[in-house]
Amino acid sequence: MASPQAIVIGCSAGGLTALELLFAGLDAALPLPVAVCCHTGASTVDLMCELLAHHATLPVEEARERSPLRGGVIYIAPSGYHLLVENNRRFSLSVDGRVSFARPSIDVLFDSAAEAYRDTLIGVVLTGANSDGAAGLARIREYGGMAVVQDPDDAEVPTMPAAAIARAGADHCLPLADIAPLLNRLCLP
Amino acid sequence: MNKLAGKAPTSDVALEDIEIELFVRALKLRHGYDFTQYAPASLKRRVLQLAHAQQADTVSALTTRVLHDAEFLPVVLEGLSVPVSEMFRDPDVFRALREQVFPVLASYPQINIWQAGCAHGQEVYSLAILLEEAGLYERTQIYATDFNEAALRHAQEGIYPAREAQLWSRNYLAAGGSHTLADYYSARYELIKLDQRLRRNVTFANHNLVTDEVFCEAHLVLCRNVLIYFSDPLQDRTLALFRDSLVRGGFLCLGTRESLDFAASAGDFMPVDAARRIYRLGPRSAGMD
Ligand SMILES: C[S@@+](CC[C@H](N)C(=O)[O-])C[C@H]1O[C@@H](n2cnc3c(N)ncnc32)[C@H](O)[C@@H]1O
Repeated sequence: MASPQAIVIGCSAGGLTALELLFAGLDAALPLPVAVCCHTGASTVDLMCELLAHHATLPVEEARERSPLRGGVIYIAPSGYHLLVENNRRFSLSVDGRVSFARPSIDVLFDSAAEAYRDTLIGVVLTGANSDGAAGLARIREYGGMAVVQDPDDAEVPTMPAAAIARAGADHCLPLADIAPLLNRLCLP
Repeated sequence: MNKLAGKAPTSDVALEDIEIELFVRALKLRHGYDFTQYAPASLKRRVLQLAHAQQADTVSALTTRVLHDAEFLPVVLEGLSVPVSEMFRDPDVFRALREQVFPVLASYPQINIWQAGCAHGQEVYSLAILLEEAGLYERTQIYATDFNEAALRHAQEGIYPAREAQLWSRNYLAAGGSHTLADYYSARYELIKLDQRLRRNVTFANHNLVTDEVFCEAHLVLCRNVLIYFSDPLQDRTLALFRDSLVRGGFLCLGTRESLDFAASAGDFMPVDAARRIYRLGPRSAGMD
């Protein structure tokens, strides 16, 4: 793949804890935008952003429609909306129906980001209890991007990473603790 | 590479984009429905979904039907429009309307409300209920518009799946409703039907925000989760339409995750409750008055 320009991450059950650990390990100088879709039952992601900001080395904010993706910022998909990346590398939102029972849907984020970033995108699938993200990860690979999946044996809930590997395969499959160091290595100049 | 061969052949994914562009153009040229300025990423998803639902092998197969099969248009519009809604979705917005906007509306002898993009009507009935409870409904006229004819018919009927009633009842109470939602609908089998008396001051009409002009003189424009589908220039055009339709000091209410940050006309609208996306038309820019 070409040198990475953005990272997208998907997770559901067990996701918050996993994200805390992952974000604590990212280098504060990481120059890429990181967009996250984490299924949650909550009606807003305010609390999630706040909790993650405690641990993260980078600023964490809710993704806002139309705003450009800026490097060095972690964006969280708002609850109740699909988060998409347009080809002009700005966010957009939709309230289209749920995709595999989820809104936001990881597949929707991954598909659109794959198209916008092509072979410069890294997709990451972590712990989760359904198979959202598997199709999107396959799409990322089709465009020449890179797939990173948490080792299902290491995941709090293995369904989502296992489904991703079955559908898309992976360029890297490794325990959570090793994912931040990998991303730092891949993305730091 | 042989220069005479022109551009490198397109990959399958690029081909899909070409087909979608042609489909959108055909829709515009043949039927006047213009989706060229919709946000591309989600539009593309819906076109591909439509192709899938129609068991069309390619988007081009849809294009052929757009051109030659007159009965296909409503199917396309239904597929590209997103009539997804809820009663009292974001209850705190409806509470804010009741507490901050209604008292001002109450000072007008006749109140006009334009609800643009009314989908299946859930928000129309929500508004009517709150206005009724505030004692304002008798002198209110609600214009509920959408460009999806099937959705408008559905809105007029006011029939919804009963499984929604539980969430909507909770929303209603959280919005500050003073009875129970069940007072406003009758349930039969798997369906609920909203009290048709709530419709007495509602006019449903087909209106396309992309191509049609100002619809009415309004004291409040409610247009939630429609502009998110529009690119910046179309968002601007639509906001200008709202500005021209609002009386001086009139209110605009958008979806809670919509943003005016990139709108040229943002300065026309003063935030009243920024978190709930309730704005008021500033004094200088009023249209009709
Ligand atoms: C997601 S729904 C919003 C429903 C409701 N306002 C809500 O927030 O729950 C979007 C609606 O906008 C309508 N719409 C989209 N483009 C439109 C246009 N150009 N003119 C009028 N209505 C449009 C769609 O048909 C759909 O019913």
